Amino acid sequence: MSLRVAAQEADFDVGAELARLESLGGGGVASFTGVVRGGDGLAALYLETHPAMAVRQLEAIGAEAMARWSLLGATLLHRHGRLAPGARIVLVATAARHRAAALEACAFLIDWAKTRAPFWKQEIGADGGTRWIEARAEDDSAAARWLRR
Amino acid sequence: MTLTILYFAWVREKIGRDGEALDVPAGIMDVAGVVGWLASRGGGYAEALGDLARLRYALDQAFVGPDAPLDGARELAIFPPVTGG
Repeated sequence: MSLRVAAQEADFDVGAELARLESLGGGGVASFTGVVRGGDGLAALYLETHPAMAVRQLEAIGAEAMARWSLLGATLLHRHGRLAPGARIVLVATAARHRAAALEACAFLIDWAKTRAPFWKQEIGADGGTRWIEARAEDDSAAARWLRR
Repeated sequence: MTLTILYFAWVREKIGRDGEALDVPAGIMDVAGVVGWLASRGGGYAEALGDLARLRYALDQAFVGPDAPLDGARELAIFPPVTGG
């Protein structure tokens, strides 16, 4: 069991993070990197968080994935602060003995991080105007597909 | 009972501060009670907290519903639905 989570302003090194998971002895490592989309006159994205709660929630989400898929390791890194188009926002990565578990757990982690980790996105336009991004029903339904009954 | 109340995103902007420590009046037992009491202060509080359907809450950093009992909690966070990832 090797879970690593962080809520941080600093960028992260995807290669180093994946290398850590590759060293755990499994047969598959899967990852998802979320990046600030360009276009639409967007100057930057501002991500607000409750840092202590974010770490607690990311740990809980990660532990859930580790248990459900018997992962060898998982990594959940989420940035906050002002991020320019092209900047990395989030990294989710998993290591498992087989690819299906790694890929499924990776999808689960990003779906739950979107709806259960306390981060709020605000768009900052080229003209300086700001707009908080509303939660999307698609994100809720993506997260709900992993609920157990 | 002193409760640290934290505000995030547009809730923070409308209220004009990111948090405060307040003495919650006796008789207020749950999250919705605190939110209603804050909203009754008017101004930015009323504007930010008037529509419960747009709000979410965490007590001591765990998500809860509006009917959650305060039960000695030390921190209440009030915010819009999260949009991370």
